[in-house]
Amino acid sequence: MIYIPCPYCGLRNETEFHYGAEAGVAYPDPNSVTDSEWTKYLHIRSNPKGWHAERWVHFAGCGRWFNLWRNTITHEIGPAYLPFTPQPTSPANNNQEGSRS
Amino acid sequence: MSEITFSFDDKLYQGRKGEPMAAALLRNGLLCITNSTYHGRPRGVVGLGVEEPNAIVQLVSGTQESMLPATTIELYDGLAARSLTGIGSLPEIRDEARYDKTNRYVDTLVIGAGLAGITAAGEHLKSGHEVLLIDDQPGPGGHLRHLGIELPSSLRDVLAHKNLVYLCRCTALGLYDQNYVVAIERRSDHLGNAAPDKRARIRVWHIRADKIVLAPGAFQRSLIFANNDRPGIMLSHAAATYVAKHGVRIFKRAVVSTVDNQGYRDAIRLHENGVEIQGIYDARATAIEPSVDAARKAGIPIHFRTTVLDTSSEPGSEGALRNVTIQHLDTKETFSVPADLLAVSGGWTPIVDLATHIGIKPQWSEEHAAFLVKHSSTRLQTVGMLSGDFGGNDDPTVFFGPMLDSEKSRDAYIDLQRDATLYDLHRAVVAGLNSIEHIKRYTTIGTAHDQGKTSGMLTIGALCQLGDGTLNKKVSPADVGTLSFRPPYVPIPFVALAGRERGQLSDPIRLTPIHQWHVEAGGVFEDVGQWKRPWYFPKPGETMDEAVRRECFVARNGVAMMDASTLGKIDIQGPDAAVFLDRIYTNVFSSLPVGQCRYGLMCKTDGIAFDDGVTTRLGENHFLMTTTTGGAARVLAWLEEWLQTEWPDLKVYCTSVTEHVSTIALVGPKSRQLLQALIKDIDLSKDAFPFMHSRQASIDNIPVRIARISFSGELAFEINVDWGYARHLWERLWNLGQPYNITAYGTETMHVLRAEKGYIIVGQDTDGTQTPYDLNMSWIVSKKKEFLGKRSFQLPYLKSAGRLQLVGLLPEKQDEVIPEGAYLTVLNERPNNQGKTPHVGYVTSSYYSPAIGRAFALALIEDGLSRMGEILAVPIGKKILNATICDSVFIDKENTRRDS
Repeated sequence: MIYIPCPYCGLRNETEFHYGAEAGVAYPDPNSVTDSEWTKYLHIRSNPKGWHAERWVHFAGCGRWFNLWRNTITHEIGPAYLPFTPQPTSPANNNQEGSRS
Repeated sequence: MSEITFSFDDKLYQGRKGEPMAAALLRNGLLCITNSTYHGRPRGVVGLGVEEPNAIVQLVSGTQESMLPATTIELYDGLAARSLTGIGSLPEIRDEARYDKTNRYVDTLVIGAGLAGITAAGEHLKSGHEVLLIDDQPGPGGHLRHLGIELPSSLRDVLAHKNLVYLCRCTALGLYDQNYVVAIERRSDHLGNAAPDKRARIRVWHIRADKIVLAPGAFQRSLIFANNDRPGIMLSHAAATYVAKHGVRIFKRAVVSTVDNQGYRDAIRLHENGVEIQGIYDARATAIEPSVDAARKAGIPIHFRTTVLDTSSEPGSEGALRNVTIQHLDTKETFSVPADLLAVSGGWTPIVDLATHIGIKPQWSEEHAAFLVKHSSTRLQTVGMLSGDFGGNDDPTVFFGPMLDSEKSRDAYIDLQRDATLYDLHRAVVAGLNSIEHIKRYTTIGTAHDQGKTSGMLTIGALCQLGDGTLNKKVSPADVGTLSFRPPYVPIPFVALAGRERGQLSDPIRLTPIHQWHVEAGGVFEDVGQWKRPWYFPKPGETMDEAVRRECFVARNGVAMMDASTLGKIDIQGPDAAVFLDRIYTNVFSSLPVGQCRYGLMCKTDGIAFDDGVTTRLGENHFLMTTTTGGAARVLAWLEEWLQTEWPDLKVYCTSVTEHVSTIALVGPKSRQLLQALIKDIDLSKDAFPFMHSRQASIDNIPVRIARISFSGELAFEINVDWGYARHLWERLWNLGQPYNITAYGTETMHVLRAEKGYIIVGQDTDGTQTPYDLNMSWIVSKKKEFLGKRSFQLPYLKSAGRLQLVGLLPEKQDEVIPEGAYLTVLNERPNNQGKTPHVGYVTSSYYSPAIGRAFALALIEDGLSRMGEILAVPIGKKILNATICDSVFIDKENTRRDS
């Protein structure tokens, strides 16, 4: 169970959060996008191997949405940041063994 | 230790309180404890702890827990157990013991209270850490305990330190991301009947630690030779401990087979306790260590480059060991040695399980003849045997057993619980399997109760000897690699994980303020999410069908009432509330006048209908949204997500008020008359209070909000009142309604009434693929404004032919209610070349309607809206019903009743 730093409440167990998929996927102007751009917005996400900026909501705590860097391989947790604030750079890649601890 | 009496397989034995049951069984002469699961071969105790593959028992006393290694059961007076042949049975009694769980945050968690673990705990205490030390044994010391040696005073000081908590009988089950450990503490089993009543039998610990020190120690392993499974063949450390510490006196003559110096130390312990050592047979060419000299001085014959090839029993020995065949590894000469104990020291296997849980790959060390995990970071550290510190000079050789011919390999066991042999392993290899994970699944090795604790390393060793498919090509264990272990490290009862969340407490139960009235009225309940809702209210002797037909009749012809308090309610306020709702709902809400209500449908961005309900404008900047009972939390989360992540500029607050406001639906042609008798401050007449209007009023000086909302299609009033007043109001209406023969109705009647009007339930009449257009609700889709999902309606695949659309369905036989979920096929369609008749849709809601005097249904059908009048076939088991596609509104299409 990963340990997530809620920007409002501090470190809490994963069970208090809901996952909200990739962060930073902008809602396009529905009137100016093509069908394929719109379906891409609806269904296509980057799903990277490694560091991934994600949206999470602390549903069993403060109820607030925030963004979080998480490594999809090692499960390392990077910095959390609020919506509409500058995105911090992704943490350095650290593929050493045992980096999950 | 005090003498106690326990029973095993219905016979009484004497034992010592607190000692392992395996020790007492051996002391009482029970060498053969059970027969093996698949081959039926006699088996006895092999090991010292959780690694035990043979002596698995079922408790008859207490919780009747099954599949427990006798090596881990602490004896108490009155304990009763029986032997198992590999497969346990579930207890027939309900487990009444208490279970609980707790969370702990610590600076440092040390797993394993052996020498290495306690030493590491001491170092972290010195750095000012608070330390939690957990260990699965009844006391600290690890191997020292088995040796009967007291802890040095420096380590006793560590255990007594004020910043250290030591938990015995506490086993770490799993190591997870970010230093999270789940452990179980067995708190009362060892006390038997003396256990305090209220004490939780097992406590589950959820531990988060800044630093974790793994000091789990190691298991001794056996060797692969023919007939290596007889009672009397034990791990040498276990044999020596049972004899020296627990006073087992049943062995007279022992053979020790070893690959390291541990065999010598155990031989000396056996020798010093009266067991005659026939010889130490060492696979190595030479050995230099004080223990070797000590063995020699004790007169124990030592034979290098020799090992055990085979063993035999004698008639009458019940399969127990009588003779050991030794092979010289160079000359291949064999000779026989009589013995009733064969103590095997095949090297140590450090317990890598926890480390592998988080993806650490153990590294093979030729020097230690073992896989090790050497890890030292600020977050995780391994110490003791796991990190290669074997605490003495063991000097093992990499040796897993002699080369065996095909005949002997059939009796050479690798996994004693699975009865899997070297022959089975050979078969897997020649079948072309070369990954240890595949071989595990092919042979079942490592899949039993002990999860490969004794067999894992032997499998790797045997694979090395078998080579990669050819018998002669040797490979190193480093090439084979280890199995990946998964939690839990030891089997645990599910009930321990459930803790107190069992039975009534397994899930929260939500009750409306009128619930107790429903109970007293004889209501039958159904679960809707966590809510208990009255399903129907049968009169004495009435069936469900009869009750529902009566309730429906009264609602359409007199007056009836329903508790609708479970409706999800979200209070939406702020200067941008109306703009916000326009973006959320497919229809317009900004144009809704204050004091009026509007039905709304919301879609996800993909254009699929997601929830619906009536929203009332209570003020210029104040709305009360209702959602489906099951959708309340989902909808609120959806609203919050858009407010927080996309529209932070909107000034809107959303608050769940589901349990603040109770709703009573008063339904039927006589509802106005009844309600007007209670309400003096507003005029309820048709013209003064039209449909979809909302008014503040008071009943008995209680403020209420009355809304002309109808989910039944009848003239109806929804009375909203503070949660606490609802029961009073309900009873007032009930009593006042007696002259009208008022009836309470439940969810079943609600469903019949709404389905007669073609009102959908999102989630029942939709399957997550319907747009508003598919639901024949194009009237609710605004062309004028933007809203979530609108863009998707232009996508070709949401407009294409063949989409499932909601329609009505009339079965040919008037009283035949089609089962919900029934598939629909084209009439007279023949099965296709796959022998299947393609279906064109299915029934989503189906009831008998007293109002139209026949069965009817709602269904999702491909292009259903353009197939009106078509007759479809409904195969139900062996019979085929016919049904006609029709409009989904079955009663009062003109809404005269509703608007009356």
